[in-house]
Amino acid sequence: MATGLKLKELSKKEDLFTHGHRMCSGCGAPIVVKMILLATDYPVVASNATGCLEVSSCIAEYTAWKIPWIHTAFENAAATISGVETMYRSLKKRGKMDKDIKFISFGGDGGTYDIGLQSLSGAMERGHDMIYVCYDNGAYMNTGIQRSSATPLGADTTTCPAGIAIPGKIRPRKNLTKIMAAHNIPYVAQASPSNWMDLMKKVRKAHEITGPKFINILSPCNRGWRSKTNDAISLSKIGVNTCYWPLYEIENGVTKITFKPKEKKPVVDFLKPQGRFKHLFAPENEWLLTKMQEEVDTEWEKLLKEEQCV
Amino acid sequence: MTQVVAVTGNEAVANALRQINPDVCGIYPITPQTDMMQRFASYVSDGKVDTEAILVESEHSSMSACIGAAAAGGRVVTATSSQGLALMWEMLHIASGDRLPIIMPVVNRALSAPLNIHGDHSDAMGARDTGWIQLWSENGQEAYDNTIQAFRIGEHMDIRLPVMICLDGFIISHSIERIEYLEDAEVQNFVGPYKNFLPLLDLDKPKSYGPLILPDLYHEYKKAQHEVMAKVTDVVLDVAKDFEKMSGRSYGLFETYKLDDADIAIVILNSAAGTTKDVIDEFRAKGVKAGLLKPRLFRPFPYRKIADALQHTKAVCVMDRADSFGGYGPLFMEIVSALYHAKDKPLLMNKIYGLGGRDYLPEHAETVFSELIELANGSPLKNVKEYLGARE
Amino acid sequence: MKQKGWKDLAPGSVILEGGNAVNFKTGSWRAFRPVWIEENCIQCLFCWIYCPDMAVKVKDSKRNEFDYDFCKGCGICALECPGKKGKKAIEMIEEGK
Ligand SMILES: Cc1ncc(C[n+]2csc(CCOP(=O)(O)OP(=O)(O)O)c2C)c(N)n1
Ligand code: SF4
Ligand code: SF4
Ligand code: SF4
Ligand SMILES: [Mg+2]
Repeated sequence: MATGLKLKELSKKEDLFTHGHRMCSGCGAPIVVKMILLATDYPVVASNATGCLEVSSCIAEYTAWKIPWIHTAFENAAATISGVETMYRSLKKRGKMDKDIKFISFGGDGGTYDIGLQSLSGAMERGHDMIYVCYDNGAYMNTGIQRSSATPLGADTTTCPAGIAIPGKIRPRKNLTKIMAAHNIPYVAQASPSNWMDLMKKVRKAHEITGPKFINILSPCNRGWRSKTNDAISLSKIGVNTCYWPLYEIENGVTKITFKPKEKKPVVDFLKPQGRFKHLFAPENEWLLTKMQEEVDTEWEKLLKEEQCV
Repeated sequence: MTQVVAVTGNEAVANALRQINPDVCGIYPITPQTDMMQRFASYVSDGKVDTEAILVESEHSSMSACIGAAAAGGRVVTATSSQGLALMWEMLHIASGDRLPIIMPVVNRALSAPLNIHGDHSDAMGARDTGWIQLWSENGQEAYDNTIQAFRIGEHMDIRLPVMICLDGFIISHSIERIEYLEDAEVQNFVGPYKNFLPLLDLDKPKSYGPLILPDLYHEYKKAQHEVMAKVTDVVLDVAKDFEKMSGRSYGLFETYKLDDADIAIVILNSAAGTTKDVIDEFRAKGVKAGLLKPRLFRPFPYRKIADALQHTKAVCVMDRADSFGGYGPLFMEIVSALYHAKDKPLLMNKIYGLGGRDYLPEHAETVFSELIELANGSPLKNVKEYLGARE
Repeated sequence: MKQKGWKDLAPGSVILEGGNAVNFKTGSWRAFRPVWIEENCIQCLFCWIYCPDMAVKVKDSKRNEFDYDFCKGCGICALECPGKKGKKAIEMIEEGK
């Protein structure tokens, strides 16, 4: 029986991702995982790519996962769960499995946009019945904040540090959500932990759809974003309200924006509280701020058009 | 009732896999393995097995998916060669570290660069430290038999380790030879139903596979893995005994040919052993006591028993179809290690032969035996390691 | 505690007890401590849903005390707490004060 999406009801559920994990204080990733598992009313098995979430949740004989969970390596969370899911189907076919199980794969942006893209693309194309969740914190955080193809324009990271000659990352982000949509899989979405109801609805919807699903979730990292430990939710909210991180879904090719901010805030509202963008506010880097705003605007306009196309 | 057929090595191994009908199979093409998995794919399509095939987008994903599937709880196979095995390298260690009995025929082929699709042992030798059990096969029959036995070995409750079955690319994979097939029911009986061990899909006991382990315990985990490997040889022998009862074909940790009273011997893996045996007969006819040792179990390496078998000889040439550049050949290093502790030991030399599919001909074996005769008679050894038959 | 030897380890480094991290307390990481002011609490449970460390106890859908064994003191709950009539139901105070 499905739990209603009300906090009072959800709070009665058992924590399937427990405390005692070792993510940094105020990290967004455990909030994302917790919301996904709370929204899941089925038995679920998960895989996890190497990265902050994985090393901090299953370490030195302690696991925070109360569900069956597997980590194998960095670039292959999708391939790994595709194997688990295939064995499940095989056992079902042979009458050795009578339960209905859902499969989720978790990967960071490095493990998803970059090194794991092939494995993810392959698993999606093969049509495994699974949800792939990317928790996007915009850099390789576990190894110490190196740039990934999800790192936003202008960000200061340890491999594209903001220097005198080069002002941080000079390339825009890759639009992975759209790349996944181009796989023509039945469901692709973008979500944010600030909008918990929207996030959980998407997870619920994804579980009810057979086949491969992909959800990209903004996951603040106060260490890498050089922000405060208490701002994971407020920052992700600003990310949504500036349309830097639009909340939308593409179901069977049909785009729907699931949240439109009443007033679209300027992207500087999102950048200002984050130390990784501090240098952008120096006069010589103003062009990057302008470029960033232009990019957000263009993407948002595109999305609005895509929605109207239907 | 055995059935005698004329088939290629690839076909024989594919047939063994059909007879076993595993739960999941990872499939990805690479010469010379390709047609083994193609055949298996057609068994799937034609309903001759009800295995779920995963048609992966790379060997890295193939091994990753096999690991996921094996951890989930069931019988898993895949096959590869060369670059494919190299691409899997990272995951090979994870399959063994997680103690997952994945079975993988490896159709041995050279590694790039330069690109070469023909047979040598560089691929499997490069994977010798990955924690996999390795069984090597002289011909299609041995590859077929080893494949069937591999399931019993890897899935043994005291072992639970992945197994590679090595066979020479093209020379064996693509040559038609006479092979005796066992009956499907015999094979299924022999292998038995898959026994689960810590299945991930057991919802009542949620487990976590693949933790981060810190220096305070990692060393102990590896020691435990080492100890498991130490149990493998006995299991290999037990399984071989049962296999002999069923098939009449006997297997050990290695095979010897006229070695018992030999003065000189060649140690060689896989298909080249056949040619060498013929040359041994020639030399025996001339009154030279020549012999051969052909390892079957390369990992774990049966050091003690191989030393026992070789220590009475005067001179031995270890033939490597792979090089460890800047080092001796990989098989040579093992044989030297094995003999170091023996009371009497032969003089030893190392020849690198047959790389990238270069033919290994009787004249090569003849050259080596002639050199061994001289060495045994007191001629000095010029170089420990030499390339056999390489043009200047 | 005696350290484990190699014979004591689970095969394949599999962790056999799901969720055993509940035995690993993280409360000592805290520099600031959240304090619940019950009279300002409207029972919205935002603190519960947003806490990254599952350190807000809820019983029968009612907010309870913090779980100081695990709270890392990030302050998300305090920032997100709407409170009653502009008065926060969570305050962060420095540990040891
Ligand atoms: C093949 C491989 N290359 C590199 C690494 C090192 N590594 C481990 S985690 C990581 C970064 C993970 O970044 P991301 O996926 O974004 O997750 P995050 O840590 O940011 O949550 C890297 C580079 C690795 N484990 N394996
Ligand atoms: S570095 Fe960032 S992503 Fe990693 S645990 Fe810390 S806050 Fe979370
Ligand atoms: S301070 Fe952070 S860890 Fe502690 S209860 Fe509040 S949200 Fe949870
Ligand atoms: S967020 Fe504040 S008001 Fe809401 S339940 Fe928690 S303490 Fe009470
Ligand atoms: Mg990241």
